[in-house]
Amino acid sequence: MSKKLLAGPYLIWMTGFIVIPLLLIVYYGLTDRTGAFTLANILSIATAEHAKALWLSLGLSLMSTVICLLLAYPLAMILRNRQMGQSSFIVFIFILPMWMNFLLRTLAWQTLLEKGGVINGILTALHLPNQNLINTPGAIILGMVYNFLPFMVLPIYNVLCKIDDNTINAARDLGANFAQTLWWIWFPLSVPGVISGITMVFVPSLTTFVISNLLGGSKILLIGNVIEQEFTKGSNWHMGSGLSLVLMAFILLSMALIAKYDKNGEGSTF
Amino acid sequence: MGHPLIDLVNISKSFDGTMVLDDLNLSVKENTFVTLLGPSGCGKTTTLRIIGGFETADTGKVFFNGEDISKLPPNKRQLNTVFQKYALFPHMNIAENIAFGLKIKNKPKAYIQDKIRYALKLVNLDGYENRSVDSLSGGQQQRIAIARAIVNEPKVLLLDEPLGALDLKLRQDMQYELIRLKNELGITFIYVTHDQEEALTMSDTIVVMNQGYIQQMGSPEQIYNEPENAFVADFIGESNIVPGIMLRDELVEIFGAKFACVDKGFGTNTPVDVVIRPEDIDLVDPSQGTLTGVCTHLIFKGVHYEMEVTTPDGFEWLVHSTDMCPVGKEVGIHVDPFDIQIMNKPASEDEEAVGVNE
Amino acid sequence: MRRIKHLIRKIWQDCYLALIMIFLYAPIATMMVLSFNNSKSRTQWGGFTLKWYTQMFASRNIMDALYNTLLIAFLSALIATIIGTAAAIAINSMKQVPKTILMGITNIPMLNADIVTGISLMLAFIAFGISLGFKTVLISHITFNIPYVILSVMPKLKQTNRYTYEAAMDLGAGPVYAFFKVVFPDILPGVLSGFLMAFTMSLDDFIITHFTRGAGVNTLSTLIYSEVRRGIKPSMYALSTIIFASVLILLIISNFAPKKKQAN
Repeated sequence: MSKKLLAGPYLIWMTGFIVIPLLLIVYYGLTDRTGAFTLANILSIATAEHAKALWLSLGLSLMSTVICLLLAYPLAMILRNRQMGQSSFIVFIFILPMWMNFLLRTLAWQTLLEKGGVINGILTALHLPNQNLINTPGAIILGMVYNFLPFMVLPIYNVLCKIDDNTINAARDLGANFAQTLWWIWFPLSVPGVISGITMVFVPSLTTFVISNLLGGSKILLIGNVIEQEFTKGSNWHMGSGLSLVLMAFILLSMALIAKYDKNGEGSTF
Repeated sequence: MGHPLIDLVNISKSFDGTMVLDDLNLSVKENTFVTLLGPSGCGKTTTLRIIGGFETADTGKVFFNGEDISKLPPNKRQLNTVFQKYALFPHMNIAENIAFGLKIKNKPKAYIQDKIRYALKLVNLDGYENRSVDSLSGGQQQRIAIARAIVNEPKVLLLDEPLGALDLKLRQDMQYELIRLKNELGITFIYVTHDQEEALTMSDTIVVMNQGYIQQMGSPEQIYNEPENAFVADFIGESNIVPGIMLRDELVEIFGAKFACVDKGFGTNTPVDVVIRPEDIDLVDPSQGTLTGVCTHLIFKGVHYEMEVTTPDGFEWLVHSTDMCPVGKEVGIHVDPFDIQIMNKPASEDEEAVGVNE
Repeated sequence: MRRIKHLIRKIWQDCYLALIMIFLYAPIATMMVLSFNNSKSRTQWGGFTLKWYTQMFASRNIMDALYNTLLIAFLSALIATIIGTAAAIAINSMKQVPKTILMGITNIPMLNADIVTGISLMLAFIAFGISLGFKTVLISHITFNIPYVILSVMPKLKQTNRYTYEAAMDLGAGPVYAFFKVVFPDILPGVLSGFLMAFTMSLDDFIITHFTRGAGVNTLSTLIYSEVRRGIKPSMYALSTIIFASVLILLIISNFAPKKKQAN
């Protein structure tokens, strides 16, 4: 009995700073300034400006998730098939940027992409025409992929490492070639990691306002920017909370996906 | 017994500079049960993996039916493997597991269904089609692994310590099962194990391996009764291995006593190793024994007594007998000539009997 | 033939690894090089200098932010480690249902978007009448750090042999003594890596700090954000280089030190 009491401080803390705050968002999202119940905040997602931001966010984050997956899967497979001794350090190298300050990572790309930035500098030196790289949707996708790629690599790598070599050998033994082994064995067995990776890239991409702010300029507004501005500039907390609820619906959807495909927490990153 | 189906010619393999197989030659005939037997690290599993195509030999060739398959990947070889820890596909049910090889080969659906039913019947698991892999016990998973391999009608089935993870009773049941399967299917089994009893029970031919060399190859009776060197004698069953001098044909001197034996051709006054199985030693009255000693140890084992008789030179003879000799009593040792097995002393260090780690 | 195929495949793989490595590290390397560039230009090398580093260390703003960042990271990691370790021990001894519920709550801040966590905390602080500042940032960091501690202590607890604890009690140790002498040493690597992870997560956070800091307090992240929007100064590159080097050292300690201990 006494052991369970140790959860006391934790319970109080999480209730006060996780559960109640989330309920407050629900409260703000469903009321107007007078405190009366309204769906207007949530429905405002349908207004042209907000809908455009949401669609753009969905599009860009979907793109970056797909690119991350395409880049990360082969990478995770190569890392998994390396000899155990050297792999842990190589894996470490690929995960390391994940822990580098998020803003600095984005700042680095700003340095590279800007009008007077490094890439255009190199182009000039080569007598090639300068490119308009920054403040484009492409720059935002690049920033997302760069920032979140390790979040895709790690869970896939973890789940691939749990696949027994002999399971793969058995498939080969039964006549499957590389492509067939990939399709029938590797892919289905790595679903938990892939799903977890997709969520870990998709959620922060969908909700970001920093990347779009630094690499997309002021003209490209994502849903994250809209919400951030409602809280820091526009001060319409009810509207911001309503839009947050819409965002949370997408997050809940991906949590449900995880719960469905990753029952044993196999794909968890930490 | 048919012509050679698999031929390993001058196979060598090393991992990180350690020699695992050294110029190995092995020929396996059609429709035989061949067991590769040896302690861990003797190269038996590597040999099997080279046949299966999961390792490539550094030098040497693998022939299948006279055709060089050394360079073929596993999926192009007409043999199937039953892996150590079953290696069933965890995301597929039993029927899907068994159907895997056939689906890859694009066999018609009805054919696959028939094969699944046939294979499940063969391994005594009818009606298990829709069960999941984790709902099966270790022994059942093992049977499914076998079923999954044999539906592809391989000419050769490779088995890598398939019973290693099962408990004793189940292991014995599965041994009979495997013999039955081999006879029903009429295919060649190449079986890897470190368990000598398993090898003696099931095999037509046993290949005893140690340190990357084949120590002896022969029928279970040959291996047990006529071990060619001290390693084989020590590894297969229990034995007394004593130094002796071959005085002339059919006469060997052990600890100063002369024993009649049946071996010839060792020359005169040649140092040899002598193998005497514990059950072949007769304990007699001291006056009638070729050697005499004192019983120093006695354990009742059920079928027989296990005793140790120490002779004046200090050697402890292991004796299995239904007659009991109390500790401290002086006894004579008698061995019939045909129960004495003479072996050459190891010529090189490589052949030397090394500590058997079971 | 097969060996050559293997070799070709290995070369392809190495190329792929190298390309991704370049993609990941080129931007960071560029910033490092620029931090030593005497010229303000990003394309011309004006000679080696440490002046951006001196400028950085001389800047009152940056040093204040650094102090805040480290203090918040240390305090939040410490408090989160204490609360989280206690919670992990409690959760581990619970039955399935309450365990699932508590682990579910633990997962919320990890899976939820940072922007939503940040906003919700900001709303809560204002609703509770707590004025935004150092305190609120600290509370927020503790909140999102606790799950990391729990998730790194839990696996270690599951590995711990409960019989050693019972054996200690059997030999006359009280529950508290038995815990600190027998169980705690076993889970210590998990507790330490939880602490270090919490510390790094806190260092790295921007979004949640952004919403809960109020006007006066700056951490490095929020400082960089406001500076960058005004145009990049080379002292930011110097700061990046130093942060990258520190994170590298921290991670090498947290990733490789506990494993060595286990190996012994």
